[in-house]
This record gives sequence, structure tokens and C-alpha cells, in this order.
Amino acid sequence: MSNGTILAFALLAPLLGAGLIAFLDRWPKVREAINLLSAFSLLSLVLILLRHLNTGDSIAFSFLEVMPGLHLAFMVEPLGLLFASVASSLWIITSIYTIGYMQAHREEHRTRFCTFFALTIAAAIGIAFAGNCFTLFIFYEMMTLVTYPLVTHHGTEDAMRAGRIYLGYLFGTSVAFFLLAITWTWFLAGTLDFKAGGILAGKAGNTTLLVLLALYVFGIGKAALMPFHRWLPAAMVAPAPVSALLHAVAVVKAGVFSVMKIVVYVFGIDLLRETGLSVWLMYVSAATILIASLIALTKDNLKTRLAYSTVSQLSYIVLGAALANAWGVIGGSMHIIMHAFGKITLFFCAGAIDVATHKTKISEMSQIGKIMPVTMTAFLIGSLSVIGLPPFGGSWSKWYLIMGAVSAGHTILVGVLMVSSLLNIAYLMPIVVRAFFIGSSNPTGETKVKEAPLTCVIPLCITAVGCLVLFFFANDLYQFLSRLVQS
Amino acid sequence: MRFFDLYNYWIFILLMMIGFYAVIAKPNLVKKVIGLTLFQTAIFLFFISLGKIEEGTAPVVVPFATVYSNPLPHALILTAIVVSVSTLAVALAIIVNIKQSYGTIEEDEVEGAEGN
Amino acid sequence: MENNLLALIVVLPLLAALLTPFLGRGNKPWILATLTTWTVLAIAIKIFIQINVLANAPGGQEAFLSYAMGDWKIPWGIEYRVDPFNAFILLIIAMISAVATYYARLSVSQEIPSDKIRFLYALWLLFITGLLGVTITGDIFNLYVLMEISSLASYALVAMGKYHNRKALSASINYLILGTIGASFYLIGVGYLYSITGTLNMADLTEKIKLLHDNRTVVSAFAFLLIGLGVKMALFPLHGWLPNAHGYAPPIVSALLSGVAIKVGAYVMIRFIFTILGVEFSFEILPIGPILLFLASLAILLGSYMAIQQSSLKRMLAYSSVAQIGYITLGFGLANESGLTGSLIHIFNHALMKSGLFLAAGIVIYRVGEADLPHLRGLGRKMPFTMAAFTAGGLGLIGTPLTSGFISKWYLVLGAIDRGLFILVFIVLLGSLLAVVYVWRVVEVIYFKPASDSSTEVKEAPWSLILPVWILIGASLYFGIDSSLSSHMAGQAARFLLGVG
Repeated sequence: MSNGTILAFALLAPLLGAGLIAFLDRWPKVREAINLLSAFSLLSLVLILLRHLNTGDSIAFSFLEVMPGLHLAFMVEPLGLLFASVASSLWIITSIYTIGYMQAHREEHRTRFCTFFALTIAAAIGIAFAGNCFTLFIFYEMMTLVTYPLVTHHGTEDAMRAGRIYLGYLFGTSVAFFLLAITWTWFLAGTLDFKAGGILAGKAGNTTLLVLLALYVFGIGKAALMPFHRWLPAAMVAPAPVSALLHAVAVVKAGVFSVMKIVVYVFGIDLLRETGLSVWLMYVSAATILIASLIALTKDNLKTRLAYSTVSQLSYIVLGAALANAWGVIGGSMHIIMHAFGKITLFFCAGAIDVATHKTKISEMSQIGKIMPVTMTAFLIGSLSVIGLPPFGGSWSKWYLIMGAVSAGHTILVGVLMVSSLLNIAYLMPIVVRAFFIGSSNPTGETKVKEAPLTCVIPLCITAVGCLVLFFFANDLYQFLSRLVQS
Repeated sequence: MRFFDLYNYWIFILLMMIGFYAVIAKPNLVKKVIGLTLFQTAIFLFFISLGKIEEGTAPVVVPFATVYSNPLPHALILTAIVVSVSTLAVALAIIVNIKQSYGTIEEDEVEGAEGN
Repeated sequence: MENNLLALIVVLPLLAALLTPFLGRGNKPWILATLTTWTVLAIAIKIFIQINVLANAPGGQEAFLSYAMGDWKIPWGIEYRVDPFNAFILLIIAMISAVATYYARLSVSQEIPSDKIRFLYALWLLFITGLLGVTITGDIFNLYVLMEISSLASYALVAMGKYHNRKALSASINYLILGTIGASFYLIGVGYLYSITGTLNMADLTEKIKLLHDNRTVVSAFAFLLIGLGVKMALFPLHGWLPNAHGYAPPIVSALLSGVAIKVGAYVMIRFIFTILGVEFSFEILPIGPILLFLASLAILLGSYMAIQQSSLKRMLAYSSVAQIGYITLGFGLANESGLTGSLIHIFNHALMKSGLFLAAGIVIYRVGEADLPHLRGLGRKMPFTMAAFTAGGLGLIGTPLTSGFISKWYLVLGAIDRGLFILVFIVLLGSLLAVVYVWRVVEVIYFKPASDSSTEVKEAPWSLILPVWILIGASLYFGIDSSLSSHMAGQAARFLLGVG
């Protein structure tokens, strides 16, 4: 099989999966099997692509000239591959988790849920392998559309309202800013292809580029840069697997990934560094990091708190892009995967707690560590990784980001990152402390260990272990990602 | 006086404005349609005036005539009159229908009947 | 002579229209109408291919086909003339009317009393005759007559909505009064032009006006013409007649009115501004550009805003048409290649989408009896194919990527950037966002609200209704994914109008 064919199959696998799932309403077992099968085949295809990329092949194809000179183009490059492998591997784990969660929660419309879930993954893969801005935009919008039914899954008035906020923010920013930025880029550069070193150098004056950069970063609302972050907490009405995979991994990471890709392949980090166009962005993202952390402190609902934590963590990645140097870009990209594993663990735990004890508020979770020891241990690991303590993955990406801030000469950002880590401790650790140590040992007369179903617990253990394992693979990741900045 | 030389054009404008006023101001649909017809007829007069050439006679080849009026506007207006009459017919037909289903041909009462 | 096709395309539906009332109460009028419109479509395709071959031949920028009516010599007689621009519009008219006629049978037989159906088809064919004639004629007075033929037929067709809702009658009389005033303004403009140039032939006028750029009569003639045409194409603020007329007419009539009839008005306006007046005169000597752009912006914003307020599906679509005319006007108001291409491609794309949407709304009326938001609850499960079509068409109105609406907006935004008018870029994009709101209100009700009990009997509509809807919506999706054909057609017409190779 040629490389292009493998890439095409990687794009098709989740789409085909979704198509099949849609017609298997009557046979839930077959549906689940197909779901897992497409998840596994996607992961193996992505891994094959990884091997090919390591041997130095260039993998790209384009077809379907949508408008003169504008194709649907796909290509494989390290950043996209990283994102694709994170999304596809976590899809498998989430699929298993979903089975347990949905059964325990007696959710309805499971077929619709699984179908749109697979479609979201398809969109994520499309974003990961997009070869030009136009393709990226198409899959970006597709992702907004197909996640809408997942957010409003419960169909209640609350869910509908949240859905409207979700759609309003994501569509609003992408149409008003992102699309404009893309059209403008096309007008200036005459191409939208992602090219190493960027396509905009020398094509426009600094003011134009500055406006363009602002349009891009605010236009990509999925990156949840303040003040366009409200959709993410709103989306927390969705069932836990959605929050876990989509709003800790696929959707939000698609946002920051797009920002990263645009910075690296449209502007080019050299251009940004030399002109200092992205300095304001560093401070906007730094502000988002701090403010979102502070808001997270005030939230009692566990999922909402995690959501604000995500807003804050996403800005780490934007910050990495804005630093526009090797350390920053590598650190930011690495944070995509590190944060993914940490945060998905936390969301899995939140879902497991909900399933087992029907508790969603942190203040009700006293002593819950006694009832659900495994879950809460995983929660501790996830928290430590998000905070950025060794020996967990999150420590490396933060380390590189600090290096980036130092080498860019913005020492104040180093301070921001430090303070943010403290704030992370402040909003995550109390949950763990409360779960294990605070409150009477027997508040409800329930001391028996009562974990969520096994299909929920196993996935969260896997991702927790993942946080640990990633710590030891940081060097490989570093080598892999350094290609981004070499050429 | 040059002003009166162009009196036919002034009449055209006057008639047109009277028609236009009726269309806008009269609530009675039939009166509106009368206004509309007046409006159109005024335009016909304008066209006919265009065709007139000073000292010109009817465009029929006769031995003593040297200057003829332009016959084309007449031909055009003949067509336009047909259009106008058809419009009148359609309008009246609709008004008959309105009378049948609303029992009135006053515009405000028709709208009032729908409660908005 | 192959050029006979130019006359045939108008004469054929005219003769058929005269014949239909004598065909009795059965299916025969419908069969004749369908046959006629499909033949017209075939002729339109033939003409289009012919002109394309000519235009793409070396030195073929000025390519046209001409037919002298009654063999009277041009420019004294009436000329029918086809160039890349109106060949494109002819194709759109023929296409939409063919599909809509095929769809008509069930929808009409349910709404209209059986003894009136043959008259509906007669009017329907006259309506199409008028639209085709307006597009193909090269004579500005003949254009007036044909415009009135189509308008008179459409007044009566709108009034036929009375069998469903008597509001159609007052909508129709309002439409008639405004339409006639518009046509009269146009006629005054024609009179002025004739008085100063002595010709009615478009090509001849083009030449003569080049020498009259500072003439006050010409300027006032165009003021009258543009106001008159503004009424016909429902350009804001002359759109007052549209929402009720399109909202209460029978669905097939709304589809043709919204999809095609107002576009024909836009066609005539573009024809006057670009060909007869010339780009230089319109945009450099007269301030037409800023006026058009201003009105277009208001049309986009207010049309979309009003669409959000509507509860009836068809009225919502009607207000949306006001906004879409805004996009079309904005495109040609920019007067550059991207903008004009965007405008023309939107004429095409919107014709497909909006007709498809109106026909889908017609299916809802056919099955449920009423197409407003409360009646749509839960239809997503009961009528999956119709509702999927509606959703796809709605996404097109928004301009989601991979729908044809996106292509239009892309060109429009590009055109606005090219002019450096970023405020217009934002207006186009804001319009899309408002479209999200009015489309999504419906989608939410269709898919996420539980069905009310009374409509449990609703079934999916028969295929003879769904198929035409999907032809139109499917085409609009296809031209969103692969726009090479449509952007080629529109681009070619735009370059022709701007006079660049």
C-alpha cells in the first residue's frame, strides 16, 4: 500500500465506523465491536504512518479541487501525527469507558452517541492531517457540528442552552475571525498550503500580520483563549466520556493544535520571533493561564473546575506557540499529549464518581477515597501530572516551556508559569485531600468499597499509568518534535 | 414661455402623482387600483408625447407630408396598454376574492381581520 | 438554423401555457407542463454548450448568439441575444423550473381544487415563459412586457395560496401594487433612454450611451430603472412585498419566486449596470457602488434578523431571501472579479438551496398540514429524508464549508478584501452567524424536541416529492464540494461583464 492510501484509510476508518454504527441500533454488541474495531484500526494505521514518517518518506495527497487552486489536501507531519496518535489511542480507551458509563448511567440514544463520537474522531484526524488551512477549516467546522449532538445529549433545557452557547462561541469565532483570516491569507499569499517556514513572510506589512495573527488565535475558539472560553465550561453538561475525550483531548486540542500549526506553518516561527508580533499573545495567554486557574478555585462542581483547569492548561500551549522559539514550540506541542493523558484521567475519575455515587460537587466528596480507592489514586496521579511534578509526564512540557520563556527573554512569564503551578496545586490537591482525609470516617454509613464498573475503572488506570510512562519517553518525544523547528 | 411648451410633460407628472397618491393614501383597494391605472396611463401619455415631432403628421405615407411623427412609441404603448389592462383584470379578480373571504375591501379591515 | 432555439425556448412554454387549460382535470396539464419544462431545460443546456464553445474559442470574449424576431432587422426589430452571462441565468431558470414542475403534482393536487389545477399550470408556464424571456431578450421594452407577463402570472399564482391560507390574497394584492409600480418606474426609465438615444436594443444602447456620460436624462433614466428593478428583485428597502408573497404562495410558487424570479430581477439590474451602462459609467461617474453596498449590507443584516423572528418556515425562508439578495447585490456592487463571481455563483447556489428548502417546506405542509416551528417537533425521526434535506439546505444558507453557500461567501469575502472594505467582510460573516441562529432554531426543533402527540401519524413523504428536493439539495452540496463547474460558469460570466479576458 502506498503511503497516501494509508493516510486515506486513516481518514476513512472513523468515518466508516460511524456509518456502520449508525445502522446497528438493534445490535448493541455488534455496535460496540465495530466501534472498538474502527478505533483499533485507526490506531494501527496511525502507527504505520508514524513508522513511515520516521523512515523519512513524505506522505501527502490531495484531491477534489473545491475551488480553483484550493484542494482538499492532506499531509503527515510530526505535529499532526502526534495529535492523531493521542486522539486515536485515547479513543480506544474512551470507547471502553463509554460502554461501562452508558450502561451504569442508563443513557438513551446510545447509537446516536457512538455515531457522532466516531464522527468527531474523524474530524480530529482530518484536522491532524490537514495539508492546508482550507482543509483544516473544513474539519474544524465539521467538528463543531458533530459535537453539538454530544453536548446536548440529554436533551434537557439546560443541555440545549449549553448547546447554543457552545455553537454560538465556536461558530461565531470561526466564521467571524478564522474564515476571514484564511481568506485574507489566501488573498495575500495566494496559497493556503502548510509549508515549513511559513507562507506569509514578506507578503504583508507588520500591522497586517499582527491583525491576522489576532484573527487566527481568537478565531480558533476551540483553543479557549480568553475572552472566548465560555463554551468549554458550558459544554460540561455532556456525559462524562464526552467531557473526557472531547473537552480534554480531541476538541480543545484540535484548537491549540490548529494554533500551533498556523504559527509554525503559516507564519513561521522565525517571522514571529524576528518581528515580535506574538509578544502580546504571550501575555494574553499568560493572563488566561492565571485567570482561569483562579476561577477554577471558586468552582464547586468537579467537572466545571476541571473545565477551567483545561482553559488554563490550553493557554500553556498557546503560550508555547507565541514564544516562537524551539523550546516553546516543542514544550507546547509536548503539552498537548501530556495534558491529554493527565486531564482525561481526571475526567474519567469525575465520571466514575458520578456513576458510583451520583456526586458531582466537590464539597460532597469527603471520604470518597475510602469508597473508591482506585479511582481516587488515579485522580491523584492525574493531578500531579497536570500540576507538573516528576515523575509524571506533565513536568517535562512545563520544563520546556520555562526554558522557552527564559530563552525568549521574558522572565516574567517564568514567574507566571511558577505561580500557575501553585494555583494548580491549590485547586486540585484539596479534592484529593478531602477525599482521603477530611470529614468523619463514616458520614453516610457507607464504608464498603464501591467502585464504578470495571469498564470504567480499567481505562482510568491505563491513562494514569500513561502519565507515569510518558515521563520516561520525553526524550523520544523531544527528538520527534524537534523536526518541527529544524527546517 | 418655455414652461408651457412642455405642458404635456407637466400633465404627465401631475397625473402620475395623483395616481401615486391614491395608491399610497387610499385604504380602499379598488381606489388603490384606480390610482395604479392612472399612474400607468400617465406614463403612456409621456411616451405618446415623445413620439410627437413638431409639424409632423400621422405616420401614413401621404403625398404632401414631409415630416412624420415617430410611430414606434404608439406601437409600444399599444402593448403597454394591454399589459395595463391585464394588470387591472388580475387586480380586480384578486379584490373580488378578498371581498368573498373577508367581506370587505378596505385594506385596514382586511389586515385587522388577521389580528395583526 | 440552430439559432431558432433562442426563440423556441420562449415560444414553447408560451404555447404550452395556452394549451393546458383545455386538457381537463386529470394529470394531463401536469404532464404537458413537465414535458415542456424538461424540453426547455434541454434547450437551455444546448444553448449553454453552444455559447461555451464560442466563448472558449480564441478571440471569443465577445461571443454571443443572436436571433432577430420576425426577421426584422436589428436594432429596429426585437433581438434575442445570448451571451455567457444570460446563458448561465437561462440554465438556472430552466433547471429549477424543471425540477419544481416535476415535484408539483402531489403538492398541487392536495392544495388546489381539482378544477383549478389546469389554470395553475397555465399560469405556471406563463410565469416561466416570462422569466426566460426577460433573460434572453436583447430589447429593453420587450423585457418590460415579458417581465409583466411573469409578474402577472406570479400575482395570480400567489393568490392561489388562498386555498391554504386566505392571507395569500392580501399578500398578492400588495405584491401586485408594488410590482406594478416597480414595472412602471422601469417603463419611465425606458422612455427616458428612448427619448435620448432613439433605440431600445441593448447592444445599440451600449454604444450610444458611451457618448452620453454627462447627460442628465441618462442619469435620471437609470435612477428610475434601478428603483424599478430594485422592487422586482426585492432589494432592501423595496422588499416589502416579498415576505408575505413568498410566505403564503403555494410551495412550488414560493420555490420559483425565491429561487429564480428575484434573481431574474437581479440579472436585469446587473445587465443594466455592467453591460448597458458600463462599469466605468456606473462606478466611476455615478455613485452606484456605495449605494448598492450600503443597501446590500442593510438587506443582509435586517433580512437575517427578521428571519430569526419568524415562526412560519416559509416566512423565515422568505426573509432569508431578502438577505441573500443582499449578498448578491453586495457582490456586484463591489464591481471586481471576485465580487462579481461571488454574486453570480450565489445566484446559482442560492437558487438551488432556496428552491430545495421551499420544496422541503412544501413536503412538511403536504404531510403535516402546516410548516411552522411547533408542527416541526420531532419530525427528524418521522421524516428523516425530508428533514435531512432541510438541514443540508440550511447549512448551505449558513455557508458551512463543503456546501455551496461557502463557495459564494468565499468569493464575496475575497472581493471585499480586494477592495479593502473590511466592514463588508464583517457584514458578510455576521450574516452567516445570523443564519446560524435562524437555521439552528429549526434544526433544534426538528431533532431535539420530542414530538407532540397529535402528529404521531406523520409518515415520510412519497419519493416523488423527496426526489426533486434531493436533486436540488444534492446539487447544492455537490457544487460545494467540487465547485469547478459552477465557478467556471460564474467566473466566465463575470469576466465577460467586466470586459476582461
